[in-house]
Amino acid sequence: MDERVSAAEAALGALIRERAVRYSAPPNLAPRIGAALDAASATQRPAAGWRPAVMAASIVAAMVMSSATTWYVTASQRQAGLAQELVASHVRSLQVDHLTDVASSDQHMVKPWFAGKLDLAPPVVDLTVQGFPLLGGRLDYLDRQPVAALVFRHKQHVINLFVGVPSSSGVSTAPPAMQGYNLRFWRDGDFSFWAVSDLNATDLGAFERALRAALR
Amino acid sequence: MSEPVGRRHFERLALPHLDAAYNLARWITRNEHDAEDVVQDAYLWAYRYFASFRGENFRAWLLAVVRRAAYDWLHRQRPLEAAVDTDSLAADVAAPDNPELALLHKTDAAMLNDMIAALPAPFREVIILRELNEFSYQDIAEIASVPIGTVMSRLARARGLLVADGKRRLARERNHG
Repeated sequence: MDERVSAAEAALGALIRERAVRYSAPPNLAPRIGAALDAASATQRPAAGWRPAVMAASIVAAMVMSSATTWYVTASQRQAGLAQELVASHVRSLQVDHLTDVASSDQHMVKPWFAGKLDLAPPVVDLTVQGFPLLGGRLDYLDRQPVAALVFRHKQHVINLFVGVPSSSGVSTAPPAMQGYNLRFWRDGDFSFWAVSDLNATDLGAFERALRAALR
Repeated sequence: MSEPVGRRHFERLALPHLDAAYNLARWITRNEHDAEDVVQDAYLWAYRYFASFRGENFRAWLLAVVRRAAYDWLHRQRPLEAAVDTDSLAADVAAPDNPELALLHKTDAAMLNDMIAALPAPFREVIILRELNEFSYQDIAEIASVPIGTVMSRLARARGLLVADGKRRLARERNHG
């Protein structure tokens, strides 16, 4: 590379540095990450489901930077399996007219319906005021375990909320999106929650927050 | 690892790079909400595998994870864009000479930002990492997992694409303006 070209490139670099936008993280991002780290730390301790991940982390301890990113990819591929299952279940629920086994917007009807069908009593809350009316519930399977599927609506979008016990699934997180559907995973108390919808990521995040707040 | 090891240590190291991480994610995803999700995911991953970090350059390691997360997003949300064959693309773009580069000074900030956003992702990211995040060629090679020669050639082709696009846009402006 000769000097002339380098000088020209430097000039273009200066132009880009002067005029291109350097995006700053929005002020809510650091606290949001802090909360996510809190949640991750909390789930790491009791940790039956987490121990493999923790052990794996120490196994890769000797790895250098580039292989750490390779590890990231393989782990995310494992999670993609669960995400695939979540999306397939969501799509199936919409296709075969089998969205709900118990169609009711009354949480006091939906909750008892699961009694005797599942080992767990899934929390059922009414989020109509927050913009997420309850449509009903059904029994579904995730990772070969029976789970409660609660169905909510936001505008024209259906949200499938799968509720299971944390130990029912070896894989506990999912990528944030798959095949155009957005996914959220979180744990709260004794339950694992997976939300799937074609709703945009922001509104699905609002759904998660509304649900968490209602369960407090 | 019974305690959340190094939580504070991790935050002390990682949070100062939040703007750089967000800037990269924002330019790759071209969407603010997705950029936030990508950065959050990346920070969780980085925290989880923090113990595996043995290198000297934490900032480059962190940005490599952010980049990986952003590309995962791209593969899911924009599979066509992610499938771009970088090696054949823009292979015949000539390196711009001085007068051509001078022409780019006629672009305003909005046009220049549009032009960068329109670059295919592998070219866009090297421009962002080099000019806005001010990484060395060596660091960019590590972040993007490509040889340093590839970084140089992608930067050169990215500049060529910017000049070609700038010419097109300025000509269109003259014709319509």
